[in-house]
Amino acid sequence: MPFTPTLAETRFGVGLSPRVSPPETTAAMLDRLAGPDLVAQRYAIPNSTEVTPSASEYSAAARARREASGTPREEEADKAFKAIRTQAMIRWAEFSTIALARSIETQDGLRERLVRFWADHFTIRAKGGQNLQFVPIYIEEAIRPHVTGRFSDMLKAVITHPRMLIYLDQNRSFGPNSKRAERLGRGGLNENLARELLELHTLGVDGPYTQHDVRELAELLTGLSHDGDRQFDFRGHYAEPGAETVLGQSYGGDKPSLSDIHAVLDDLAAHPATAEHLSRKLARHFIADVPPDDLVMALSATYRETGGALLAMAATLVGHPLSWSVEKQKVKQPYDFVESALRAVDVAPQKLLALDRKEVQRYLHRPLTVMGQSPRGPVGPDGWPEEAEAWVTPQGMAGRIDWAMRLPVVLGPDLPDPRRFVHGALGPEPDEAVVFAAGAAETPAEAIGIVLASPDFQRR
Amino acid sequence: MDRRTFLRNGLALGCSTAASPLLTPMALASAPWEERLIVIILRGGMDGVDVFRPMGDPAFAALRPDLAEGGLDAGPFYQLHPALAPIKPLWDAGEFGAVHAVSTPYRDKRSHFDGQDLLEAGSDPNVDGSTRDGWLNRMLQAVPGVEASTTFAIGLEQMLLTTGSAPVSRWSPDARLAISPQAQRLLELVQHRDPLFRQASAEAIAIASKMDAGAEIAEAGDEMMMASPMMAEIQRGRPHVKIAEFAADRLREDARVAAFSLNGWDTHAAQDRTLPRALTQLTDTILTLKTRLGPAWSKTCLLAMTEFGRTARQNGSGGTDHGTGGALIYAGGAVRGGQVLGDWPGLTAEALYQERDLMPTRDIRGVAAWAMHDLLGIDRPTLESAIFPGLDMGEDAKLIA
Repeated sequence: MPFTPTLAETRFGVGLSPRVSPPETTAAMLDRLAGPDLVAQRYAIPNSTEVTPSASEYSAAARARREASGTPREEEADKAFKAIRTQAMIRWAEFSTIALARSIETQDGLRERLVRFWADHFTIRAKGGQNLQFVPIYIEEAIRPHVTGRFSDMLKAVITHPRMLIYLDQNRSFGPNSKRAERLGRGGLNENLARELLELHTLGVDGPYTQHDVRELAELLTGLSHDGDRQFDFRGHYAEPGAETVLGQSYGGDKPSLSDIHAVLDDLAAHPATAEHLSRKLARHFIADVPPDDLVMALSATYRETGGALLAMAATLVGHPLSWSVEKQKVKQPYDFVESALRAVDVAPQKLLALDRKEVQRYLHRPLTVMGQSPRGPVGPDGWPEEAEAWVTPQGMAGRIDWAMRLPVVLGPDLPDPRRFVHGALGPEPDEAVVFAAGAAETPAEAIGIVLASPDFQRR
Repeated sequence: MDRRTFLRNGLALGCSTAASPLLTPMALASAPWEERLIVIILRGGMDGVDVFRPMGDPAFAALRPDLAEGGLDAGPFYQLHPALAPIKPLWDAGEFGAVHAVSTPYRDKRSHFDGQDLLEAGSDPNVDGSTRDGWLNRMLQAVPGVEASTTFAIGLEQMLLTTGSAPVSRWSPDARLAISPQAQRLLELVQHRDPLFRQASAEAIAIASKMDAGAEIAEAGDEMMMASPMMAEIQRGRPHVKIAEFAADRLREDARVAAFSLNGWDTHAAQDRTLPRALTQLTDTILTLKTRLGPAWSKTCLLAMTEFGRTARQNGSGGTDHGTGGALIYAGGAVRGGQVLGDWPGLTAEALYQERDLMPTRDIRGVAAWAMHDLLGIDRPTLESAIFPGLDMGEDAKLIA
């Protein structure tokens, strides 16, 4: 199978749309990716210093509630606290619809896919509902600006981002010989981030590291933390003094500083095991659950030759003949299924953005959970599974079919004609059985549901 | 394609789905045993040393200065974590116990994901390379007469534990599917050439229609729960309770094996607050199963297993980090509970694994193997070669009454 606009939009993008034409060439895909991030400008998500309620507003309300406990002000403080928490949950629902609005309207679907790929690579999960809004903000701050930049820059942005530090318990980790340990009379090292940094973020679980490297890296990472408003802060008194040896290389030794941590991150990013690990993951995500070795090697070579330039990686990915010749075998993850269905049905972005929090829960978040992909994120820092078998399960299918059949009802009366819809959703060469089924269903809603439930729509 | 071709395909498909075990009328399904086996994977690494506290070990107090308060007496040596209070009556009745200082053969890298994969695969990385199926599924492969309805893997995530060539029903209590007969036929048509989609959808439709037909089972279960004073503190409707209810309903029907997982055991920080949350989910689950299984509880063995234990010493954030040896929890009317089994290795620096973790003194797979041997009558050669390749089961763990 050579390049076709349909395959380009299905495999590397966010799905066909009756309103947005798919890219005509790989050069067009890469031009858009190299250009400005238009949909993020049109549908903006605030950063962590702008968002309301802010992290410190929330903690102030929580503190006020604790202090008011048992006093006449108790009820009022409780109400104020709950209002702030609800407000934060409303923000989270808004950010969910903003992300989908971007997908519906974009001509640059590859960018959305890369953002999600890297966000999954650097998975975080919110601790507590009030922090859910900070997950999309983290992606906006640490991931999105770097998907066309260098991996090492993304890595540094992620590993110093307060939300990653909180997620993997780095914010409280302090060295056994740090000033803080001296004062408390005990050490407080936490290995969680150090381990995932080696196992998941860079070298991979089969990479050339040992428990000793994890330990030394954990000591080197001490000091990474945040202030009361959850903005990044390097806490010198948490940092372990002295040099640490990671993968045989010594770091630090003088006054602890962020630059020592940047140095180890640069070296980990440049490691050949990292090139191989990231290349395999990328090919596995976009092309096949067991990707062709030649493609992985080509990606890995690009990574090493360009010093981890992610735009060059994208160019190798879409430029390689194997990326087009492999049959459609990847199954869209539930989010991608929902995204591409909304795009195919041509839901108006304004309609999505107008959904309130309960509607977002009912029409999007809850169905995604039943499909197997909770909008709260994967259970562990290893992200979502890639294999088709993990998604195409009885309950996963029940979730997809059920949602696909009810989707048109949610959208109101202007259903597309299913006989036209099938060509719009599947492109110029749809599966014949699906064309037949679209014309044979008893209602338009069922017809559209069946088109969306077909393997032709769900595989990419 | 014309309507006639469609009908022909539809008919052909009708034949092939009729062969699917799930669509076989349930009355014909015969369970291989009356005993019930429930396996729960505790994801994140349960801290066995905090759940079953070795108060009699002289090194314990110094290692856990902030994690020793309020334990419940459980013999001269151990205390139970206070959050186990709701199931202390089961301990006293011999329906709940533990095996301490167990682990998989996994060592040193202490990754959740590798650790869980190995726990669920039941393999030994030093003996065989990679195992693509789970040990519970291999047990089912070794037993004649197993049908898809014999085993339920419950929840929204797939478990390696139950993955493999033996038929297993996977479902979540949250899933719903109601479609018209015509839509069902068209769905079969569009998915016909894709076996993965075809089978998943056929199972979905079969299970969903069975759930509709099985409403009286659920009602009977609800009545059992409402009549039980033990259930007063348990919030119905929470996801783990719904899973336990669903499991109990299936196990009162044809199912004999159920598997699911409970998350939240990765207590790196503030363990005095985070571990009780996970333990409460576990005690809710066990109490729900006991109540809702009714008389079938007397034939039940539940095994709760985790990928590894945690560091012997508490860390600087009031939590513990990834370790090695841990504890297995067992419960049911068919077990010999009220005791902590296993050889206690001690907590001195020399006794610890790499001077940091509880030293495993027994392979957790051996404990599961003895449970299946004694409960289900599976023979030792099958257990040591097919189900857990290369395992030496050692002495009888004696957790089945």
